[in-house]
Amino acid sequence: MNWILKTIDKMKPTFSKGGKLGWLHSTFDAFETFAAVPATTTSGRVHIKDAVDIKRVMIVVVMALMPAFCFGMWNTGDQHSLAFGLQWGFWMKVWYGFYRILPLILVSYIVGLGIEFAVAQVRGHEVNEGYLVTGFIIPLIMPIDVPLWVLGLAVAFAVIFGKEIFGGTGMNIWNPALLARAFVFFAYPSTITGDSVWVGGLGKHADQVIDGFSGATPLAQVADGVAGAPDFLQMFIGNIPGSVGETSTIAILLGAIVLIWTGVASWKIMVSCVAGALAVGFLANGLAEPGTFAAYPAVKHLVMGGFAFGAVFMATDPVSSAQTETGKWIYGFLIGAMCVILRLFNPGYREGMMLAILLMNTMAPLIDWCVVRKNIRRREKRAVAK
Amino acid sequence: METIRLHKGLDLHLKGEAQKKVLQTLVPEVVSVKPSDFRNMVPKLLVAEGDAVKAGQLLFQDKKRPQIGFSSPVSGKVKAIVRGEKRKLLAVEIAADKETQYVQFEPLAISKASRQEIQKVLLESGLWAGIIQRPYGIIANPEDTPKAIVISAFNSAPLAADVNFTMKNEADAIQIAVDALAKFTSGKVYVNLNAENGSGSPLNLLRNVEKTMFKGPHPAGNVGVQINHLCPIGKGEIVWTVQPHILAAMGKLLSKGICDVTRLVAVTGPRAVNPGYVKCVPGVAVKDLKAIAGAVDTEDIYGQPTGVRYVSGNPLNGENVGEDGSLGFYDDSVTFLAEGNYREIFGWAKIFRPKKFSMSKSYFSWLCPKKQYKADTNVNGGERAFIVSDVYGKVLPMDIYPVYLLKAILAEDIEKMEQFGIYEVIGEDFALCEYVDPSKIEIQKIIDKGIDLMLKEMA
Repeated sequence: MNWILKTIDKMKPTFSKGGKLGWLHSTFDAFETFAAVPATTTSGRVHIKDAVDIKRVMIVVVMALMPAFCFGMWNTGDQHSLAFGLQWGFWMKVWYGFYRILPLILVSYIVGLGIEFAVAQVRGHEVNEGYLVTGFIIPLIMPIDVPLWVLGLAVAFAVIFGKEIFGGTGMNIWNPALLARAFVFFAYPSTITGDSVWVGGLGKHADQVIDGFSGATPLAQVADGVAGAPDFLQMFIGNIPGSVGETSTIAILLGAIVLIWTGVASWKIMVSCVAGALAVGFLANGLAEPGTFAAYPAVKHLVMGGFAFGAVFMATDPVSSAQTETGKWIYGFLIGAMCVILRLFNPGYREGMMLAILLMNTMAPLIDWCVVRKNIRRREKRAVAK
Repeated sequence: METIRLHKGLDLHLKGEAQKKVLQTLVPEVVSVKPSDFRNMVPKLLVAEGDAVKAGQLLFQDKKRPQIGFSSPVSGKVKAIVRGEKRKLLAVEIAADKETQYVQFEPLAISKASRQEIQKVLLESGLWAGIIQRPYGIIANPEDTPKAIVISAFNSAPLAADVNFTMKNEADAIQIAVDALAKFTSGKVYVNLNAENGSGSPLNLLRNVEKTMFKGPHPAGNVGVQINHLCPIGKGEIVWTVQPHILAAMGKLLSKGICDVTRLVAVTGPRAVNPGYVKCVPGVAVKDLKAIAGAVDTEDIYGQPTGVRYVSGNPLNGENVGEDGSLGFYDDSVTFLAEGNYREIFGWAKIFRPKKFSMSKSYFSWLCPKKQYKADTNVNGGERAFIVSDVYGKVLPMDIYPVYLLKAILAEDIEKMEQFGIYEVIGEDFALCEYVDPSKIEIQKIIDKGIDLMLKEMA
């Protein structure tokens, strides 16, 4: 492995200030620190430091995304073969999924990291690792047939206006991945809504689709009162049409276990998010007339659409979520509640999770402000009481 | 006795803990007294090169508060006045006598002595500098009357000196000091003991004090954390704190009339071959302590040659004094660490990294909770913005929102800093926050900056 260090040492003068490619030193630095933890030593009164760093935190999230990603690959192939009546085996489905998802990931990383590197270069900063996760999440929350140029535009919008103008990872207000999705939704709605975008090739080759295959997501089916929506178990497993990585609740739960066990994401947000959805769901169940969407079992909301993925991977984004522990309970609960409210009362667009999280991202500082305000008041009172 | 349980915090297990035996009494050849040991102090020199001094004689005083002076721990001749850039006074070096001559002060009968008499002796002997006030962690103002005096009878930091051992024979002296200091406060004198072994502590024998047990991981022994739970500091309030070994010196000063700051110093660290205690005065060369501990420059955890870091204090709150440095005025331990100036290929991506400890469960050090680590000075990553929000609160058992306070300091917003608790903290309280921070932000430096800002604003 020493050849890696030797290569770095050999290239370093070229990329250092004053070298031929000195203007690329941020980029070089990013690759260097990626290949090896730097030899920096502590300089303050704290002489030792924990082994964890942001790269480790981010790689854990990427690992946690793996089950959803792998299932998404298979499911992309499965849905395609169902739609066109193909008798594909397991590996053929996975191969199709891989072949369709790979371009999405490449576009996401090339455009996103390209901008990140360029901005770091201009500012003279180190490159942040945040996009390693964002860039992986974006393809997972897109429909498989999203045009690559739309995806590229969305990524650019999300990285520039979602992150860089605020100062980069750690400073952003909204979850950048969701911002990319929101961009597509508002700018190119036809590529992310309707019944024909969720299954690979459905839009282009509509004439070859076998009879009776609709391609609608279960959420749309249920909301529109169409018969034949899948049952709870099928939605829990996830072999249904939907965004690439969002369909399988069980794969997402595997990721959630990793995130909670390692402490990388807040279990409080996940739990309160579920609680919020169930609270509104049960309330609606109690008040609704039978047969309407509002009467649809509250528990099933948890396995439909983007709820699980959003609750586990996006509501818990440490930067755009509430910062205080009390605030996290409130923040998560309101996301869950808002998601179901949007689903029930917004016939134009049933998938409420994206908007619920973005809305609560906006509100998170306000929630924190209230929590912190209470702390300040308590401390002031403490002084008066003495 | 009340027991306060703290759940937040982290106990680090490091190699090189001092064995409970006195290795040697170190008679130094040269002792250096450094103004930099004293926060927010501008020194005015009182001696010249070649002057003969006695132990307890003032070497320099604070320009801003001339009544506060700083004395020599030994007798001898002023060997050198070390100055840095812009003639800044760095140290006064004293060639020490073999036999220490003390300035003789009037011994006091504490029960009858007045506050003024006690104060006079403490100021004249230089031991007043041992009284630290909160807020800000600076030397106390002789004119103030603090609302309480708080003494932590244990140090929970990794590799720190064991107060039960170092103060074993000092209970009487500490009693005298505590009785004397009680005359300075309108409130109580608090003594806080470790719930694990506090009943056997020499400070458990103290009378006329309010004793409290603290149970929990580090920083339970930090006096700032204890104050936050016993008598939190609001705007305009003052609490004094004194370390046990300084109390012992004060007790001797008041009863015998000599300023003897000799203490038992824990010589520790993963680099110390023979960690234990050394009897010496502050200002002795760390090199001498290193020789006693048998520390040598060898290799880092991955077998590459590397140097030693000389820390006066403990690994979470100490000064890097360098090879030619000396033991700080307030410190009762030195730590020898390996410099971690190595690169580790894909270190952050390794599934197992058994030689490194992490509080995060993304590594597997939680599988062996009792393992002692050879911690080194590698930062283990690059500096980033605040990203992970809940990690700091997990190791700060205070009613304070750490990130909000830190951001208020970065924004230089004095009002917010007050609201978020700048009066209650000093750098050492945030040491663990800095240790566990995945963003590798130098949090102690930010807190120090905040305190400097406050001092400037209040001046």
